[in-house]
Amino acid sequence: MLSFIARSIIQKTITLFFVSVVSFLIIHLAPGEPSQVDPLNPKFTPEMLERFRQEFHLNEPLYAQYIHFYKDLFTGRIVSWKDNRSVLAKIWERFLNSLPLFVVGTLLTWTLSFPVGIRSAIYRGGLYDRSVTFLAYLLISIPGFFFAYILIILVVTTLHVPVIGMETFGLDTSSWGCMLMDRVWHLLIPSILGATGGIAVLSRYVRSQMLEVEGQDYVRTAKAKGLPPDVVHYKHALRNALLPFVTMFGLILPGLIGGSVIIESIFSWPGMGRMAYEAILARDYPIILTVNFISAVLVLAGTFVSDLLYLVVDPRIRL
Amino acid sequence: MKQHLLSVRDLKVYFRGRDTVARAVDGVSFDIRKGETVCLVGESGCGKTVSALTILDLIPKPPGEVMAGRVLFKGTDLLGLTEPEMRKIRGKQIAMVFQEPLTSLNPVFTIGDQIREAILVHEPVSPDELNRRCIRLLRDVGIPSPEERLKDYPHQLSGGQRQRVMIAMALACGPDLVIADEPTTALDVTVQAQILNLMQSIQESSEMSVLYITHDLGVVANIADRVYVMYAGIIVEQGTTEEIFSSPGHPYTKGLLASLPSRSRRGEQLHSIPGTVPNPAYKPSGCPFHPRCPTAVDACKVRFPEMIDHGAGHLSRCPVVKQ
Repeated sequence: MLSFIARSIIQKTITLFFVSVVSFLIIHLAPGEPSQVDPLNPKFTPEMLERFRQEFHLNEPLYAQYIHFYKDLFTGRIVSWKDNRSVLAKIWERFLNSLPLFVVGTLLTWTLSFPVGIRSAIYRGGLYDRSVTFLAYLLISIPGFFFAYILIILVVTTLHVPVIGMETFGLDTSSWGCMLMDRVWHLLIPSILGATGGIAVLSRYVRSQMLEVEGQDYVRTAKAKGLPPDVVHYKHALRNALLPFVTMFGLILPGLIGGSVIIESIFSWPGMGRMAYEAILARDYPIILTVNFISAVLVLAGTFVSDLLYLVVDPRIRL
Repeated sequence: MKQHLLSVRDLKVYFRGRDTVARAVDGVSFDIRKGETVCLVGESGCGKTVSALTILDLIPKPPGEVMAGRVLFKGTDLLGLTEPEMRKIRGKQIAMVFQEPLTSLNPVFTIGDQIREAILVHEPVSPDELNRRCIRLLRDVGIPSPEERLKDYPHQLSGGQRQRVMIAMALACGPDLVIADEPTTALDVTVQAQILNLMQSIQESSEMSVLYITHDLGVVANIADRVYVMYAGIIVEQGTTEEIFSSPGHPYTKGLLASLPSRSRRGEQLHSIPGTVPNPAYKPSGCPFHPRCPTAVDACKVRFPEMIDHGAGHLSRCPVVKQ
C-alpha cells in the first residue's frame, strides 16, 4: 500500500515534469509573443519593447526562460505580463468566482444522471426509457450557446429575474434576503446550463453500464435466490455498475480550474475559463502556463484519487 | 410409483427477433418425481437451458415469451403465479445451480454475504443461527475451514470451490427440487467427478429431486434415474437410464451414444453426427432431425413424428427405427 503510494507519487512527478516542458514548448512554438500583441499602440515605443523583453527574460534562450518561469512559479513571485499583478492571486480570485458554478453544476450532474440512467436501464424499451433517450440526444445535439439564449429568454420573460453576471449591480442597499435570492438566481441558470450536457451524456453512460451488468450471470443468480427486484437491481447490479464511475469521479477534479469559456462569456461571469481565454489572446504566458500547470497537477491528483477509490470499492483489486 | 413433484406439460417458449421467431422450446413435457434425478440431455442450442429457466420464470422477457404449456409444481401451475408468489418459490422450494461458477457469483460481495442473503430472504433467523447455518452449509459441500471462507470474495476461490458455494447457496433453504444447469461443464474432469459425487451424496441424505441439464452422456450414465433427450426444442426420447443406453429408440440418441469415446473402439475414428442443431428460427419441416438422420425416409421431411411407446416408460419420436 505505502509502496504503491510512493511509486505513484514518483511516477506522477516525472509525468508532471514532462507536461511542464511540453506545454512550455508549445506555448513558445505558437506564433506571436506578448510584445507583439499590440504593435500599433503608439505608447509601445521600441525602447519600451526592449525593456519589456529584458524584464521578462524574453531575450534569453528557452531553457533559461523555462527555469525562470518555474522558479517564479514555485516561489510564488510570478506576475502577469499584462498588469504586473500576482498570477496566483488572480487565479485564486477567479477560482472563487468559478467555484459555486462548478459545485452546483457537478452536484446537479451527478445526482440527476444516476437515477435517470438506472431507471432507463431497468425499464429499458419502455416509454420512460424512450422519452429520456430522446431528451438526452436532444440536449447533446443542441449547441450550448443556443440553448443558453433560449433559457435566458424563457427565464427573463416569464419569471422576470436577473440572470446576467454574478449579481445585480447596485443592489447593496436592499435587504439581506433579497441579495441572497439575487445571488441564487444568478447562479442557477448558468449551473443548470452547465449541467444539462453532463446529465445527458452521463445518464446515457450510466444506462449502458447498468444494462450490461443486468445481463450478467450473477444478476440471474440473485433473481434465482428469490430476492425482490429492488435488491437485485440496487444491490447486486448497481454495485457492479458503479465501478467505472469511480474512475470518472477522480477526473472531475481538473474541472475545478477549467471553468467554462462559453457559459462564462454568455453570462458575463468573471470566472477561470474567461480569464484563461483572455490570457491566451493577450499572450500572457505566465497565466496560461500556470493554469495549465495547475490543471495538470489536478488531473494527476484525480487519477491518484481514482486508483485509491477503486481499491476501496473493488475487492478484486489489492496491492 | 412416487407422485410427480414437477410436471412440465407441452411447454412452448419463443423468442421474438426483429422479423423472426425463434422457437427455442417447442412443446416439451417431462416429469420429475420426489427424490429422483432426471437428466435433460442435448447439444448446445437445443433448448434445455431455456426449459429450465422457464420453470423459475427467469428467461428475459422480452424477447422471450411463454406461448403455451403448464409447469405444475406440487399441483400449482407456476406460470400462473404473480411475481411475488414466484419469489417465494425461487430459492426456497426450487433452487438453481448455474453453469459458470466464475460469473454466477457476484464479484463484489463476500461468499458469506451471498449465502446469508439467500437464507434471510425466505426465513427470518437470528444472526447467530444464520452464521451457524452458513458454516454448516459450507462444511456440507466440502469446503475446508468454512469460517474463514465466509469472509472471502469469489475471486479468492478456485472454480470447483465456487461451484461448491453455488451448491451451498442452492441448498440454503432446503429446496424440494434443485435445477442444475450444466454445473460441471466449466470445471476440470477431476473436480467434475467431485461435484457429481457431492450432488449425489446430498441427494441421498435428503429427499431432494434434481433436474440435471447436461450435454455429457458420461455424466448422465453416472447419476440419472431417468433421461430426456432433447433436440431442436422437442423431446425426442425418454426413458430410464438403462433403457436409453442399452436400447436407444431414436437415431439422434444413437448418434450421441456413438459419439462417446469408448475403450472397446480404441484407435477407430470417433463417430460424429453430421451437421449442426438447426437454428430455432428456421427449423426443418417434418421431423427436425431429418437433415442429419442416417435413416431418414421421404415421409420424415413432411410428417412431424409422434411419440411411440416402447413400454415401461420408454418413448421415442421416430417411426422409422423399429425395435
